[in-house]
Amino acid sequence: MSKILILGEHDAKTLNPATHKCVTCAKAIPGSHITVLLLGADTAAVAAQAAAIQGVDEVVRIDRAENAHPLAASFAPQIAALATGYTHLFGPSTSFGKDLTPRVAALLGVPQVSDLMAVDGAYRFRRPIYAGNAIVTLEADPARILVATVRVASFEAAPSGGAATISSRTLDVSLPSHTRYVGVHTGATDRPDLQTAARVVSGGRALGSAENFKLLFDLASKIGAAVGASRAAVDAGYASNEMQVGQTGKIIAPQVYFAFGISGAIQHLTGIKDARTIVAVNKDPEAPIFEVADVGLVGDLFQVVPELSRLIGA
Amino acid sequence: MQKIMVCIKRVVDYNVRVRVKPDESGVMLEGVKMSVNPFDEIALEEALRIKERGTNAEVLAVSIGVADTQQQLRTALAMGADRALLVQTDQPLDPLAAAHALLAIAKKENPDLVLLGKQAIDDDANQTGQMLAALWNRPQATYASKLAIDGTKATVTREVDAGLETIEVDLPAVVTVDLRLNEPRYVKLPDIMKAKKKPLDVIALDSLGVPSPVSFKIVKTEPPAQRQKGIMVKDVSELVDALKKKGLI
Repeated sequence: MSKILILGEHDAKTLNPATHKCVTCAKAIPGSHITVLLLGADTAAVAAQAAAIQGVDEVVRIDRAENAHPLAASFAPQIAALATGYTHLFGPSTSFGKDLTPRVAALLGVPQVSDLMAVDGAYRFRRPIYAGNAIVTLEADPARILVATVRVASFEAAPSGGAATISSRTLDVSLPSHTRYVGVHTGATDRPDLQTAARVVSGGRALGSAENFKLLFDLASKIGAAVGASRAAVDAGYASNEMQVGQTGKIIAPQVYFAFGISGAIQHLTGIKDARTIVAVNKDPEAPIFEVADVGLVGDLFQVVPELSRLIGA
Repeated sequence: MQKIMVCIKRVVDYNVRVRVKPDESGVMLEGVKMSVNPFDEIALEEALRIKERGTNAEVLAVSIGVADTQQQLRTALAMGADRALLVQTDQPLDPLAAAHALLAIAKKENPDLVLLGKQAIDDDANQTGQMLAALWNRPQATYASKLAIDGTKATVTREVDAGLETIEVDLPAVVTVDLRLNEPRYVKLPDIMKAKKKPLDVIALDSLGVPSPVSFKIVKTEPPAQRQKGIMVKDVSELVDALKKKGLI
């Protein structure tokens, strides 16, 4: 039997949907027993959410004042101490999981599979390399714990309807004081989260200014979409860093992705190729984005976007 | 701040369109242009800026790889690193093995700060910095978009999914850098000439006495599934019709 430990991600109030996607990945391993591990100052609320995910057998809480913020240097030794007896340890391929999971792997003395995108067996997986230009199939040694980050764009979120047991653990692990949380600045909005939104409206350098991004926010509001941006638009200062979609930004899989004025650099396409439908609008008929678009329109986004907003709103 | 160690990886140049070998044994690397991993270039630039801000720290560029990796270390020296060290091996190392080798160097060199890219653009693993920090039992600050050194502490702004997070770490620490930390300088011809005279030491990986790497078996390497080319519409109303037909609006 495979005993799988999933590193649950949360903000104390809400369990991040990346966790539900890790559960789907874990369920693909035959005969798996799935535990979601939650570290925090008070994980009662998110533990209840984790226990309700279909397929989760157990939720383990480690509540401790020092766990209020997810510092890898503090979380990793606790997770490593708890990992004994598990065959697999999965973290999400979010900034939380990508920061934390390799630190745990190193403490356990094992290598890590990053961006696990498909399960071919309990110890056989696929992952992308070279910005998704190649896919490797890897086999791991069953004699040691398999540590991986799960490419969340490759898996659907597991539905609710489960009723797992919840337990609390106290660990005798001393935590370092060399790393201290100061604060976080979020571009928080009431818009859907970019990483989990069903619809995403995204803009490139052709937008020309941060003010012009308002056009995309207007359209996004009409259709309940999140707003993303290409690396070029973020580098130019038109959009904030957390909006970046691509190999080095967020990798997303919405139902529909609207690319306005995005040429389609390979590193951007890496971030969107799991989208169900890609809609591209670009002035340049030769733009590479049209090679992957399901629906393409050659045109000026400054005319297309307002007209689209108007027609959809009608 | 006495010494900054910057880790450099030799990778396929980011402009090269990588192709998979027909026998699925890997990607085609013969005759392909190799460069410094772009994220590591940003790490080196940051080290040079810290030095130039008056700390006058020594900047050491370290790489692990084949003999030809000296080319990338010469580039680092031309950018402004004071000296370079190549840990030579013909065997490709995964991030855990690389972290062990870098740990051995860090223990010898005792840097106040280790800087490296958040990921290499070949394996996209995003692990080495975190693993080095874990093995070294030192702080890690990943995905840095701003770095301020203040005596024995560093304040690091990190690009995270929610926005920008700030943490404070005691030195020595490992900082992995993100795209927007800085824009690396261009190397000028006189700098290339000067770099030829700077020290570049080569040691064998075996001489470090690091544990032999445990790795995954690579079964095969395949091209990704291609998306089908879609339809072109001629105006916005046709676009709206197409979206309605797909049930998307």
